[in-house]
Amino acid sequence: MKKTLLILGAGTGGTMVANKMAARLDADEWHIIVVDRDETHYYQPGFLFIPFGIYDAADVIQPKRNFLPSAVETVFSDIEIIEPDQNRVRLVKDQRVIPYDYLVIATGSHIQPEQIEGMTDSGWRKNIFDFYTCEGATALAQFLKTWDGGRMVINIAEMPIKCPVAPLEFAFLADWYFQERGMRDRVEIIYATPLSGAFTKPRATVALGDLLARKGIQTVADFNIAEVDNNRQAIISYDEREISYDLLVTIPTNMGADVIGRSGMGDELNFVPVDKQTLQSKKWDNIWVIGDAGNAPTSKAGSVAHFMLETVTENLKRHMDGLEPLPTFDGHANCFIETGFDKGLLIDFNYEVEPLPGRYPLPGVGPFPLLEESRVNHWGKLAFRWMYWNLLIKGRPMPVSNEMSMAGKWS
Amino acid sequence: MSAQNLSILDTLAFNDEGYMTDRTQWTEEVANAIAEDEGITLTERHWVVIHFARKVFAETKDSPTLRQITKQTDVSMKEMYQLFPNGPAKKAAMIAGLPKPTGCI
Ligand SMILES: Cc1cc2nc3c(=O)[nH]c(=O)nc-3n(C[C@H](O)[C@H](O)[C@H](O)COP(=O)(O)OP(=O)(O)OC[C@H]3O[C@@H](n4cnc5c(N)ncnc54)[C@H](O)[C@@H]3O)c2cc1C
Repeated sequence: MKKTLLILGAGTGGTMVANKMAARLDADEWHIIVVDRDETHYYQPGFLFIPFGIYDAADVIQPKRNFLPSAVETVFSDIEIIEPDQNRVRLVKDQRVIPYDYLVIATGSHIQPEQIEGMTDSGWRKNIFDFYTCEGATALAQFLKTWDGGRMVINIAEMPIKCPVAPLEFAFLADWYFQERGMRDRVEIIYATPLSGAFTKPRATVALGDLLARKGIQTVADFNIAEVDNNRQAIISYDEREISYDLLVTIPTNMGADVIGRSGMGDELNFVPVDKQTLQSKKWDNIWVIGDAGNAPTSKAGSVAHFMLETVTENLKRHMDGLEPLPTFDGHANCFIETGFDKGLLIDFNYEVEPLPGRYPLPGVGPFPLLEESRVNHWGKLAFRWMYWNLLIKGRPMPVSNEMSMAGKWS
Repeated sequence: MSAQNLSILDTLAFNDEGYMTDRTQWTEEVANAIAEDEGITLTERHWVVIHFARKVFAETKDSPTLRQITKQTDVSMKEMYQLFPNGPAKKAAMIAGLPKPTGCI
């Protein structure tokens, strides 16, 4: 009988693993199954551009099937529960039970606005919007078309969030958008964050904090939201500070999939505990985690899922062959940060090294200046969409290396 | 701040951000001294959090996040902000002699 590799989630990480493992495993010996509830693949980095009319929904969606190899069995169903001690997963559709030999968890992270009192009350999607979902970003685009100004508050509810630079990019793009529309003088932009500054890493925080100030965006630090008062249009923190808004753009609490919680496999945010270097589950030998679903202390980003791919697929194969997994994942993350006016910034870091200034050498396209605004970084970000659909999720080689390099960095 | 407390802190090693670098040196007396330095007088409720944080660290090698604390003890978010103003999870870890929580990246 064939052995089964089961992949839960066919977003960025799950799709890459399916492609890589289909090419690596002997089809006579292995059956690969991928399960996802949604037939549509969303290019989530594109959500950022939707509110400002740079992209629309059609630019960020494609059928998932286009990216999954035919050798892989694809099932579209909700996952009811994972039973890791029995090595099986129960699906909602047809109540199918799938026993597995190896399991890859790639169910990602999602916003949970209900976690904050009052967030989804009367103002939700009227003057309170998220841009972390396609619907939220599209509704916000609609709203902005006719908005005539006031106070816009951008608020991160709680860390960690996926793509931790996206809220900053949103602020920069908003500043640009309102200038283009000749109404910047009628919009006050406030950036309220639970962090002590603009970002999580010291050098980048200084650089990004400066940029916020230069663009006339006011930062409110250490702001931990407790509730939204829809009537008075104010957000209130646990230490009882208040910020009133006309338009609230929220980045609600991000959590792992509900099914992780239901299955008793997650931490308090439903993220699966993993070894941060091998990406193996801390509890079950035959379970591996890629992308946002795990609790590795690095950024939750598509680029990170990509840097994890080699470690996950190599270690799966090693484990199948009776070898020890290798601690090869170094936490590598890199993000292009849109700063408006056709410019962008690039940061590159890992578990040990914070983002540094310098140049990022990328054969054929780069170099990209690090921690510094430039046009080439903006084009890098836009080119990323093409690379995402055509190279990244198909598991094809990308012109970047998995382990972080210090080449070109000024420490 | 009393001269006595100052002298305890003076004998210990801290990193730039004020977290202890040698956890074996931590005692309840040290916790009291760090807290006082931060303007906090420890009560029974603070100790619920400190003991919980140390238990989590012993098991996972990570300081607990705010959410972990409020989910797994009877201390609410609101109370955490009253007990440890300005960054409760960070303050609790600092007083418990633990490293800064890695929760935010
Ligand atoms: C606004 C925004 C901007 C971003 N910008 C960037 C950027 O510039 N650069 C970057 O690198 N990253 C960016 N990201 C982050 C990036 O999109 C994610 O980190 C990445 O997609 C994570 O991949 P994943 O495979 O872990 O999860 P996902 O791609 O989210 O896939 C998870 C999959 O699991 C499925 N699933 C979940 N639960 C169930 C269930 N119970 N049953 C069945 N299926 C289920 C979902 O349907 C989904 O298809 C951004 C994200 C957002 C929201």
